[in-house]
Amino acid sequence: MSKVVYPYIPNSVPEVKIQMLKELGLKSVEEIYAEIPEHLRFKGTMNLPEPLLSEYELRRHVEGILAQNKTCTEYLNFLGGGTWQHYVPEVCDTINSRDEFLTAYVGDAYADHGKFQAMFEYASMVGDLLGFDVVSTPTFDWGMAAGYSMRMAARITGRNQVLVTKTISPDRYLCIQNLVKPNLELQFVDYDQQTGLLNLEDFKAKISANTAAVYFENPSYLGSIETQAEDIAAIAHNNGALCLVGADPSSLGVLSPPSSYGADIACGDLQPLGIHMNAGGGLAGFIASRDEEKYVAEYPTQLWGLTPTVAEGEYGFGDVYFERTSYASREHAKDFLGTQTALWGITAGVYLALMGPQGMAELGEGIMQRVAYAIELLKTIPGIKVPVLSSPSFKEFVVDFDATGKKVADINKQLLEHKIFGGKDLSVKFPELGNSALFCITEVHTQADIHRLVDALRQVLA
Amino acid sequence: MKLGFIVNPIAGMGGKVGLKGTDGTEILQRARELGAEPEAPKKAIKALEILTPLRDKLRIITCPGDMGENEAVAAGFVPTVIGDRKDDTGPEDTEQAARYMLNLGVDLLLFAGGDGTARNIYNAIGAKMPALGIPAGVKIHSAVYANHPRSAGEVALKYLQGELETLREAEVMDIDEEAFRQGQVTAELYGYLQVPYERQLVQSLKAGRTEGEEAALDAVADRIIDEMELDVLYIIGPGTSTRPIMDKLDLPNTLLGVDLIKNRRLVASDVSEQEILRHLDGQQTKIIVTVIGGQGYIFGRGNQQLSAKVIQKVGKKNIRIIATKNKIVSLRGQPLLVDTGDDEVNAEFNDYMRVVTSYNEEMMYKVQGL
Amino acid sequence: MAQVKIRENYHQARWDEPIIYELSTPGERGVLVPLPEQEVKDKAGDVLGKLPENMRRREAPPLPEVSQKHVLAHYLHLSQETLGANLNNDISQGTCTMKYNPRINEALAALIHHIHPSQAEDTMQGLLQIYYEFERFLKEISGMDRFTLQPGGGSHAVYTAASIIRAYHESRGELEQRNEVITTIFSHPCDAATPATAGFKIITLYPNEETGVPDLEALQEAVSERTAAIFITNPEDTGIYNRQIDKFVKTVHDAGGLCFYDQANANGMLGIARAREAGFDMCHFNVHKTFSTPHGCSGPGTGALGVRDHLAQFLPVPTVELADGKYYLDYDRPDTIGKVRGFFGVAPVIVKAYSWIMMLGADGLKEVAEISVLNNNYFQKKVEEIPGVTTWYAKGRRRLEQVRYSWEKLEEETGVGTVDVMCRIGDYGIQHYWTSHHPWVVPEPFTLEPCETFSKADLETYAAVLAKIAEEARQDPELVKTAPHKCASRRRARPEELDDPEKWALTWRAYKRKYKK
Repeated sequence: MSKVVYPYIPNSVPEVKIQMLKELGLKSVEEIYAEIPEHLRFKGTMNLPEPLLSEYELRRHVEGILAQNKTCTEYLNFLGGGTWQHYVPEVCDTINSRDEFLTAYVGDAYADHGKFQAMFEYASMVGDLLGFDVVSTPTFDWGMAAGYSMRMAARITGRNQVLVTKTISPDRYLCIQNLVKPNLELQFVDYDQQTGLLNLEDFKAKISANTAAVYFENPSYLGSIETQAEDIAAIAHNNGALCLVGADPSSLGVLSPPSSYGADIACGDLQPLGIHMNAGGGLAGFIASRDEEKYVAEYPTQLWGLTPTVAEGEYGFGDVYFERTSYASREHAKDFLGTQTALWGITAGVYLALMGPQGMAELGEGIMQRVAYAIELLKTIPGIKVPVLSSPSFKEFVVDFDATGKKVADINKQLLEHKIFGGKDLSVKFPELGNSALFCITEVHTQADIHRLVDALRQVLA
Repeated sequence: MKLGFIVNPIAGMGGKVGLKGTDGTEILQRARELGAEPEAPKKAIKALEILTPLRDKLRIITCPGDMGENEAVAAGFVPTVIGDRKDDTGPEDTEQAARYMLNLGVDLLLFAGGDGTARNIYNAIGAKMPALGIPAGVKIHSAVYANHPRSAGEVALKYLQGELETLREAEVMDIDEEAFRQGQVTAELYGYLQVPYERQLVQSLKAGRTEGEEAALDAVADRIIDEMELDVLYIIGPGTSTRPIMDKLDLPNTLLGVDLIKNRRLVASDVSEQEILRHLDGQQTKIIVTVIGGQGYIFGRGNQQLSAKVIQKVGKKNIRIIATKNKIVSLRGQPLLVDTGDDEVNAEFNDYMRVVTSYNEEMMYKVQGL
Repeated sequence: MAQVKIRENYHQARWDEPIIYELSTPGERGVLVPLPEQEVKDKAGDVLGKLPENMRRREAPPLPEVSQKHVLAHYLHLSQETLGANLNNDISQGTCTMKYNPRINEALAALIHHIHPSQAEDTMQGLLQIYYEFERFLKEISGMDRFTLQPGGGSHAVYTAASIIRAYHESRGELEQRNEVITTIFSHPCDAATPATAGFKIITLYPNEETGVPDLEALQEAVSERTAAIFITNPEDTGIYNRQIDKFVKTVHDAGGLCFYDQANANGMLGIARAREAGFDMCHFNVHKTFSTPHGCSGPGTGALGVRDHLAQFLPVPTVELADGKYYLDYDRPDTIGKVRGFFGVAPVIVKAYSWIMMLGADGLKEVAEISVLNNNYFQKKVEEIPGVTTWYAKGRRRLEQVRYSWEKLEEETGVGTVDVMCRIGDYGIQHYWTSHHPWVVPEPFTLEPCETFSKADLETYAAVLAKIAEEARQDPELVKTAPHKCASRRRARPEELDDPEKWALTWRAYKRKYKK
């Protein structure tokens, strides 16, 4: 019997343990484990480090390991590409670290009424950004949301091909591919290397009676705002296909909501909305659509709705369209759901409630102004070509270093010496863009930060 | 709000004295001699008491004396009594009362009895109005009965309060009692009543979700159709579960009988055992069969056309069992039953078999030959 | 000894909280956004004016406009109307392993808030070390050879397993033939749903009515040259351990299939029995269950998926590797299934779980397992003493870390069923319990899991509350059937409207459209 009394295990007190065993008429817990046949028992000892029993020792140890990291508060960061550095208002952290929300799980909407309401409000506010009446509970990430959206489109249309713009995040594409693989065929649509926009001719050539949907991102992975969105949606609809749009919610204070230009389903990531980067652990996807039964019926995620309780005037909540899913007769396979990212959904709601329409508008415009300013300054550095793509960009943009004769990887390595995380290297996944990098600028960047980048690049490229 | 209420007061009397039902006046006489006490009235009262919250709003239309009036009064209601008072009542009284209630337009017909009573109700009203059975008889093969008297009351209460809107078709089955007493069971499927259906309204917050019965049957039908092979004869057994297969193929369906199809076309409708046998020679054949009623029979109840001879000729490996998951679960672990009258054929079925439960789902389930 | 106390006078906060939109006053601000410097604005010019008209938002999104204090107060109210596991005697959510989520781990995880996942590996050595070490811990605990920490939750890990099984059979040219996955009805529904999503047909084994686990003969009848894999939980959600599990594995292996062990129920098994000894090819852990990281109202979590060597080539990219004293992310894995989640998983969860294991060590983990099964057996004895409770299957055999009970008897006797008791238990300051996944094979089910977090007094209190409610069901069934009375909200009046397209309201804008025309 262990002599250590563990703070997280009240019944590790030896006397209590003995008392409980006695009441069960047992000598040791081994008598319970007799359920497991001897040959299936693990006989060895797990080779794990010696425990750090006190909280102090543990803290010292973990802090020591993590101190090896450099963070984006110490370094000036220009990386985006799927996780973005935005300012997280303190209230967001206050709420999502409350033990009530942090440690709740699947309780019903009576003792967990607040959880349901917070999620309903998150969905409502994201719906306002997108111009849609239905928003899913959060999925694992944007890739999952996009993959689900495509599977939904396939079930709705009874078709099995999805056209995807090539300006999608390569990582996200891998996630989508693994999710839709058994049922759907994905085909790329080219983009115009001058503008960064979808190549409409290629799109028209590829769309067919098998096309369930076209999927594009706005802004794209490369930062371009897809100004042909209305045309793309119209072409899709004329061919009986749906229009799916991946949107960055931080852009929607200034950019048109996807519903306004013909999107049937929108998806994207909540991480920009008050959620720390967390080394990529801040991702949380959303799916949204019009409030039509044929769409709602195909959501694989939970959906939470407002409903009256037996008390006059009291708001209650519950799970919507309980029998939806498993429309096996049409798509011959079922999606799945499970624990995804509810806490980030609640956080995104807090963020939008704090920001309001004015905050989101200022956020969007301020980002675009900083980006425009940065591009103008970067242009002045010899050998740098920027912007590479001519269409307007939102918070990310491509910078071409071809003429500098230096590789992005080397430039970024040298920028580290200036305590700067340079843009994401695009040269492997987008070779057609040459020796380019994707830079991200948000509201966290001051004028001085931008100058620091430009100065450092001048030195590195000199 | 109007509730029709009929009690078959002698239902269940045969059970405790080992008489397997009370169809026929002589049997009833013997039951009484053997000291049988009426069971149904007590059970009917138990169910009706659940409706107490509706006392002020509900008009109960019922029959005189023990056929409903006495029970309603005992449960604290003031019923409207129809029909003549008489000492001995029989099936014809049940049927007449049910017809009368149909004409009156009652919202729900609640009746207490057994399989015989359900048949009488079915004869009178068919699918024209909702009905629900309070189980009180010896033989309960029919699926129109609630699990126990109180739950009949609860479902009726919810239905009358508008909390339950779904109706489902539930089987009315009956056994020939005379044959039953001699050890032979020949249950017939007589038809379907419209029964209020209490779907689980539980808010399931974790990943588990059930599809609705209808969606499930739809998916099962798709699977069966996708599996269909060229030039193979398909014997489609009776029941609502097999109906979507015929519907999806745009073929006329015999709900209570057996149909034959090949290459997605109808070969023959409502065939007898002999007719089936005539089609089998030199023909590769598969049987699509479902669980009939609440007791888990796949052969021998309600589908006697699919006889031991037919099964032998088709071969066990060519039998496809279909059922929704809910139906399987409602068997509570009891095996699926086969009672063809041929011990050898029955014994062949003592095994685990696949049951198609959705488009891409099957269940391994125990089958037992009687 | 701590007091056994039924919280008779409990009442949850009930704020009658408006929807956030109802708190809105035009012009109010919750937080101000850092605006660009004047020079930046001037140089940038009219950035919005450069957008084509159709891309520029015409109307501001109708978000609420609320001052900061009122946003904070609103969400604090909502938090008080939520019963987190750290607050209550949460034995309730069986199969979920609601253990204590230590505050220190939250503090430590906050240290990685500001790491970008695409940072140079040199600048993330600490985090990568924790990934590497945590993977090593899981290998020890399971006997598997490699893990991916990328999946975001349990079901996601199971889907990843299904994807790997696909890739394995595809690599051998047998995918078309091997299109059936076998599972059991008491395994988690995702063991059926995720292989189905991955394109497999599902064969479900039904339990033997005596033992509660499927018969080996049923499996033998189910396997064939079409078998791709079995996905199985053990102990199943009933708490019953399948003693023939190695024979199950062998049967499937002999038929050419792979064996995936769903270890969502691993808490009683740490240091006791491992996937490897039973012969499995793969297994997964719910890191947010077994390793104590918080559930977050349903995520973010992590599903760690482990495989034996012969499947490691198919793992998602990147894996975390160590060479020459440096940790790095390895994307160069030609046979990979690709990715299942952006970047490399939910890093804060890994930091928390790593910290939890570091505090316990091998002895501590075993103590976790032993106390969880001891707690469960002690608790089961108390619960089974309550008239109206039954336990299905396997009479006389001990359950491991949880039990699926039934209120069938109580329901027959009083008309009060498991949903009513579930609603009522909230009135005593205890989270609504978990009934069962569908279908309800055990009638009127409830599933309780008193993991190592709970004290003897917690166990006795919980049982006393159940006994009290059962008594209430006999004395005053209406009290229970109309519960909850003391939770943040009362029972839904018309749940069927949530299924009605005309009436459901998933967002405030939909609600206003449908109800406030």
